[in-house]
Amino acid sequence: MRNPLSERTVGLKPSGIRKFFDIVSEMDDAISLGVGEPDFDTPWHIRDEGIYSLEKGRTFYTSNAGLKELKEEIVRYLDRRFGIRYDAGQEVLVTVGGSEAIDIALRAMLNPGEEVLIPQPSYVSYEPCTILADGVPVIINLKAENEFRLTAAELREAITEKTKVLILPFPNNPTGAIMERKDLEAIAEVIREHDIFVISDEIYGELTYNGGHVSIVNIPGMQERTVLINGLSKSHAMTGWRLGYACGPAQIVAQMLKIHQYAIMCAPTTSQYAAVDALKNGDEDVSQMREAYNQRRRYLLHAFRQMGLECFEPYGAFYVFPSIQEFGMTSEAFAERFLAEEKVAVVPGTAFGESGEGFVRISYAYSLENLKLAIGKLEQFVEKLRRERRK
Amino acid sequence: MREQILAIIEKNSRIDLKELAVLLGVEELDIVNELAAMEAEGIICGYHTLIDWEKTSIDKVTALIEVRVTPQRGQGFDNIAERIYKYPEVTAVYLISGAYDLLVTLDGKNLRDISRFVSDKLSTMDYVLSTATHFILKKYKDHGTILTKKYEDTREKVSP
Repeated sequence: MRNPLSERTVGLKPSGIRKFFDIVSEMDDAISLGVGEPDFDTPWHIRDEGIYSLEKGRTFYTSNAGLKELKEEIVRYLDRRFGIRYDAGQEVLVTVGGSEAIDIALRAMLNPGEEVLIPQPSYVSYEPCTILADGVPVIINLKAENEFRLTAAELREAITEKTKVLILPFPNNPTGAIMERKDLEAIAEVIREHDIFVISDEIYGELTYNGGHVSIVNIPGMQERTVLINGLSKSHAMTGWRLGYACGPAQIVAQMLKIHQYAIMCAPTTSQYAAVDALKNGDEDVSQMREAYNQRRRYLLHAFRQMGLECFEPYGAFYVFPSIQEFGMTSEAFAERFLAEEKVAVVPGTAFGESGEGFVRISYAYSLENLKLAIGKLEQFVEKLRRERRK
Repeated sequence: MREQILAIIEKNSRIDLKELAVLLGVEELDIVNELAAMEAEGIICGYHTLIDWEKTSIDKVTALIEVRVTPQRGQGFDNIAERIYKYPEVTAVYLISGAYDLLVTLDGKNLRDISRFVSDKLSTMDYVLSTATHFILKKYKDHGTILTKKYEDTREKVSP
């Protein structure tokens, strides 16, 4: 029999998290700090709206780009929260989570051989999605000394004449890094100068802790060359609903819509009705969850300071990214030993790119009680490693 | 800061003040001062414990009593409310809009306790026109806390 498989797909690296997941799921009593989704249930009024839509029998396809009502609500929300204006008719596409939006944006924009700049550490799907879209991923290794922000110099250095798209993953998973207005202005200049495009993944945009989130779209001249990706997964604790959206120039959105229509048809109808309610009536929920995350964030940073663990102060998402370089071991070895000896799961920084080496991702999408338990164990473990080092 | 302190201690009045200061990113001394001020101003009225008596061996019955009264000139409902809330077995008295005037919650050991209070004391008071007593059969949720189910983390243990 012939080989039934695509070489390109077979060639994709398996996700670095997978291996860890397999070990952790074997352990019943492990405490996990490895989760990349909110611990809150979707607010009840949103779930109720989803249930109501089912009761009313709204179980059919919606139009490909999504419910008109939802697109209008998205436009109102982006304006209200971030001061960004889009046309609901031409510039908005409702997708199956932010993940689908990343995939189809890349497929809509890339020609074979064109380069995509991917700052890392970052979410795991940018690189494989680029490869699947015939693009060439070019990694920009972000640095701890810059608090894992992307600098104009780093960007400029990575650009070639084949560069087409920059992926901008801020607020960042796994580092918790954000880009402030001045940071965005600096890179925007380089972007305009070299005439490249941006896919800005702002799925954590509601979760920033030093003032409001600034989008690259807020920077003059950037909206016409940016596909903005967002969704309700992180902001409204709706990961399982699979509901995201992309906004951008009508020309790009029209091509994304074509792929979406053939591959997906439309985002889940129940989720779309629930999302209308989430965006209309959910601002207070979002702000309560943000406050809870912020308290946990402060708790963790304080605990790290107490135990002398080096960590820059992250202002976004729900992750902290402490350095484990003092222990002289790889992130993976650290995470594996921590799990084996203390039964606590953290994710090695290298799962998000080589530049994550020397760091681990700790999620604070957990109750304080859970975090306290885990931090107690981390302290024990860190002490143990330090004793070993002194010998 | 007050709003944030209150939101936290309303759920957990036993929180360590050092920890509360860390969570809110302020100094412990500021927390101590704010709490003292709010106690003095009567904003914080107590630090009670939420108990699910069902799970103990202690017998306890709770009733909600709707009371219709004739308001008094110059006093409104305050006087009659005071005569009711002075009974220690009365746990809450609210002035209510709508079909009746006062909502009284009452704790007793058993049904007899409650009915004795209603028939001997409450309904014989001057100005009380009528009462309607409702016994609580099961508490699902109290003070914002769900009593019948525990939170369970059903997420995948590791995800990107």
